[in-house]
Amino acid sequence: MATATDHLVAPGNHDDSHADHKPGFFQRWFLSTNHKDIGTLYLIFAIIAGVIGGALSGFMRWELAQPGMQILPWFTDGNIDGAYHLWNMFITAHGLIMVFFLVMPALISGFGNWFVPIMIGAPDMAFPRLNNISYWLTSSAFVLMCASMFVPGPAGFDGAGTGWTLYPPLSTSGTPGPAVDLAIFAVHLAGASSIIGAINFITTIFNMRAPGMTLHKMPLFAWSILVTAFLLLLSLPVLAGAITMLLTDRNFGTTFFDPAGGGDPVLYQHLFWFFGHPEVYIMILPAFGIVSHIISTFSRKPIFGYLGMAYAMVAIGFIGFLVWAHHMFTVGLSVNTKMYFTAATMIIAVPTGIKIFSWIATMWGGKITFETPMLWAIGFIFMFTVGGVTGVVLANGGIDVYMHDTYYVVAHFHYVLSLGAVFGLFAGFYYWFGKMWGKQYNEFLGKVHFWLFFIGVNVLFFPMHFLGQDGMPRRIPDYPEAYAYWNEIASWGYVIMGVGVIVFFINMFLSLAIGRKAPANPWGEGATTLEWTLSSPPPFHQFETLPDLRNQPSGH
Amino acid sequence: MHQGWKNNGLIRASKAAAVAALLMFSGSVTAQEAVTAAPVPEVVTVDNISTEQTGVGYTRSAPTPGIGQPQPRGWDLQEPMTPIAREAVTMAHLVLNPVIGAICVLVLGLLLWVIFRYRAAANPVPSRTSHNLVIEVLWTLVPALILLFIAFPSFKLLANQYNPPKADLTIKVTGYQWYWGYEYPDYGRISFDALPLSKEEAEKEGVPYLLDTDNRIVVPAGATVKLLVTAADVLHSFAVPSFWVKMDAVPGRINETWFKVDRPGVYYGQCSELCGTKHGFMPIAVEVLPEEEFKAWVRMRQQADGIEPTGPGIAPVTAPATAEAAPAVTPTPAA
Repeated sequence: MATATDHLVAPGNHDDSHADHKPGFFQRWFLSTNHKDIGTLYLIFAIIAGVIGGALSGFMRWELAQPGMQILPWFTDGNIDGAYHLWNMFITAHGLIMVFFLVMPALISGFGNWFVPIMIGAPDMAFPRLNNISYWLTSSAFVLMCASMFVPGPAGFDGAGTGWTLYPPLSTSGTPGPAVDLAIFAVHLAGASSIIGAINFITTIFNMRAPGMTLHKMPLFAWSILVTAFLLLLSLPVLAGAITMLLTDRNFGTTFFDPAGGGDPVLYQHLFWFFGHPEVYIMILPAFGIVSHIISTFSRKPIFGYLGMAYAMVAIGFIGFLVWAHHMFTVGLSVNTKMYFTAATMIIAVPTGIKIFSWIATMWGGKITFETPMLWAIGFIFMFTVGGVTGVVLANGGIDVYMHDTYYVVAHFHYVLSLGAVFGLFAGFYYWFGKMWGKQYNEFLGKVHFWLFFIGVNVLFFPMHFLGQDGMPRRIPDYPEAYAYWNEIASWGYVIMGVGVIVFFINMFLSLAIGRKAPANPWGEGATTLEWTLSSPPPFHQFETLPDLRNQPSGH
Repeated sequence: MHQGWKNNGLIRASKAAAVAALLMFSGSVTAQEAVTAAPVPEVVTVDNISTEQTGVGYTRSAPTPGIGQPQPRGWDLQEPMTPIAREAVTMAHLVLNPVIGAICVLVLGLLLWVIFRYRAAANPVPSRTSHNLVIEVLWTLVPALILLFIAFPSFKLLANQYNPPKADLTIKVTGYQWYWGYEYPDYGRISFDALPLSKEEAEKEGVPYLLDTDNRIVVPAGATVKLLVTAADVLHSFAVPSFWVKMDAVPGRINETWFKVDRPGVYYGQCSELCGTKHGFMPIAVEVLPEEEFKAWVRMRQQADGIEPTGPGIAPVTAPATAEAAPAVTPTPAA
C-alpha cells in the first residue's frame, strides 16, 4: 500500500507526525497528490489561460472599435482574407479557452480541489493520483489548443476558425488542415480531465465526509461541486462521442455528419448541445456555491432556505439536461419541438429565481459589511439577474428567430459568464485569498479592481443588447456603419475592464510580497465553514484527526 | 399574385407546349433575339444585364433609412415588416421587456434596500432567521405564474410562424461559401447569385455597405413568399431581421420558412451562421416591388437567362392577351 501512504505520511519521515512537512519542489509541484497544491496549480493555470483568452478578446474589441478592418491585417501582412480567418480563429480560441481553460479549471478544479475536502472535513481527495493526472491532462490540452493555432486549417490559412462549437461541415470538409484535429484532441483531453475530476469529487463527497457531516449539513459550495460533477460525468461523454465522430468523419471516411453518406450536420448540434447546455450550468453552479458562502459570511447570518438552495441547484442541473435544443431554434425544428424546448427552458427560471431571492433574504436582517468579496457577490446577484432575464427572452422560440446568433445572445451569455461566473471567480479568489496564500489582499486595491471591472464589463456588454436588437450578427469582423456607435462604446468598456484586471494583478503581487499575515479567520462570526477553523494557509495535511460534527445543528 | 395563381392552371397547357417548342428549337437564342428586336421604351438601370437587352421597367429601388436595415445608434428591434414580425415585436415590447425590466428593477431595489437598511452600522445585531415557508412558496409560485403568462403569447407566436397562408411565390435559397444563390422555380427557374457590393459600389449607389448585393431577391408586395433554404457546402443561415426570418441553411436538408411584406422597399439581412473566412460578407438584400414591377423584373430575368416567359401572371408566349399582365413588354412572337 505504498501508494496510499504517500500522501498521508511524508516520504522518509515515517515517525514524523508533523502534518506540515512538504516534499521537495519537483515532487511537490510536478508529481502533486495534495489537493491544495493541485488546486493552486489549477488556479495559476487558469489565470495564465485567462490572460491569453482575455488578450484575444482585446484584439477582437480593438478590431470592432470602428467599421472596416484596421487591426487584424497587421498580423497577416495586410492579407485581408487572412485577417478574416484570423478573426474566426480568435473567436474560436477565445471561446474554448475561456470555457475549458479559465472558468472550469478555476471554479471547479481550482476552488473545488482546494475547499471541497476541507469543507467536508476530509484530509484530501479520494483519488490523489487521479487528481494529478487530471491536472496534467488539462495542461496538455491547453498546449494542443495553442498548437492548433499554428498549423494549417482551411485552405491557405493556419488555425481552426470553426467557433467553439466546432459545427460540421465547417469543422470537417470546411477545414481540411490538422488545426481542427488538434482542437478536437484538446477538447478530448480537457474532457477526460474533467470526467476524472468529476469521479474524484463525487467519490470524495459521498465517502469522505467527516462524522456528522450529513449531506444536509454540507456547505453549499460542496453541494454545487457535487451537482456540477454529476453534470460533467453525464454530459462530457456525449461531447467526447460527438467530437470523436467528427474526427472519424475528418480522417477515416465516415459520414456521421455528411449528408452525402446519409449523415446529418444537425445530429452533431444535438449531441454538442446535449453537452453544451449542462456545460453552462457546470460553469455557473460553483459560482452559485461561492456566492452563497460569501453572502452568508458578510451578512453574518446563516444562509436563508438552505435546503431550497441545495435542491434548486439539483433542479437546475436536472432540467439543464432537458433544454438543449433551445440553442438550435433556427436549424429547422418542428413547431411542437420548439414549443417543448421553449417551455422546458423557461422552467429553469424558477429554481434560479429561488436562488436570487434566497440570497437577498440571507442579507435581509443581516449585519452587512462590504469587503471586496461581498462587493463581487452582490455584483454577481444583480448581473446574473440581468443575464438571466434576457435568457427568458431568448427561451421563446418565436422570439429567438430574431435574436439567434445576434449580439443579443452574446450579451446574454457574457452577462451570465463574464459577469456571472467570472464575478463568482473573483469573489472566491478574494474570499479565500488569505486562506490559500497566508497573506491578506489589499482591501483598497480590491475595491478599485471591483469598481473598474464592474463599470467596464457593463459598458462593454450592455450595448451588445442594443446591437443585437438592431440585428447585428455574431462572429463578424466588420459590420455595417450603423453599428459603429455602440461598438465603439463597447470597446471602451473593454479598456476600463482591462485597467481593472491590471489593478487585480498589482494587488495580487503586492499582497503576496508584502501583504499582512492572514489570520485563520479574517471574516469573523459569519464565516462558519470548516476552512476557517484551520490556519492560513492550512497545514499541508489537514484533519489528521477528523472533525466531529455530530453535535452540530443542521443547516450550517 | 393571387390572380396569377388562379390563372396558372388555365394557362399551364399552352405554357407546356411553348416550353416544349422552345426546347426543340434551342429556345434561349430565339428568346434573346426576339427581345433585341422588340422596341425599347425606356432605359433602365439593371444589375448585371445590358440595358439594351431589356425592354422592361425595373430599376433598383433605393432603401429607406431606418426601414429594413439597422438604425445608426439604434437600440431597439428593427421596424417589423411582416405580420409575424409585428406580432413578435408587440410581444417583446408589451410582454417580455416590461416583465424582465420589472424583475431587474425589483431585484436591484431589494438589493439596494438591504444594502442600505441592513448595513452593519444600521443593524448591529443580525437576525438568525433562516426559514420562512410562506415566502419560499411565494417566490417559487409567482415566477412560475409569470412564466405561464409569457408562455401563452409565446406559443401563439410559434404556432402562427408555422401556419403560413398558401404560398404565392416560392424561392429556393442556397448558401455557398461565400454568397447566396437564389432560384425561382415558379418562373422557369430564374436563378442568380448575390454577391456583396464593394465599398465603392455601395457608396456610388447610396446603399449600405455590407448589406446590399449586386443581385437582390425581388418579390411582389403583399405576396406570401415561401423560402426553401439549403446549403451547398457548410452551414449558413438566411436572416432578414425586419421580416423576423432566420432559417439555417443545412447541407442535405431543405428548410422552409416564409414571409409576407406589403410595403415596397428594400430590406437587408446577413448570413447568421459561422461559415468560414468570409462569413461576415454574404449579405442578403430583398427588394419588394409592386406586382407589375415584379412581373417586369421576372420578364427581364427570364430574358437574360433565355427562359421563355412563364410563371403565374406572366404572359405565356402563345397567349394573345398579354398586354394587361405586362404592359411594358411587347408580346414575344412564338418561336
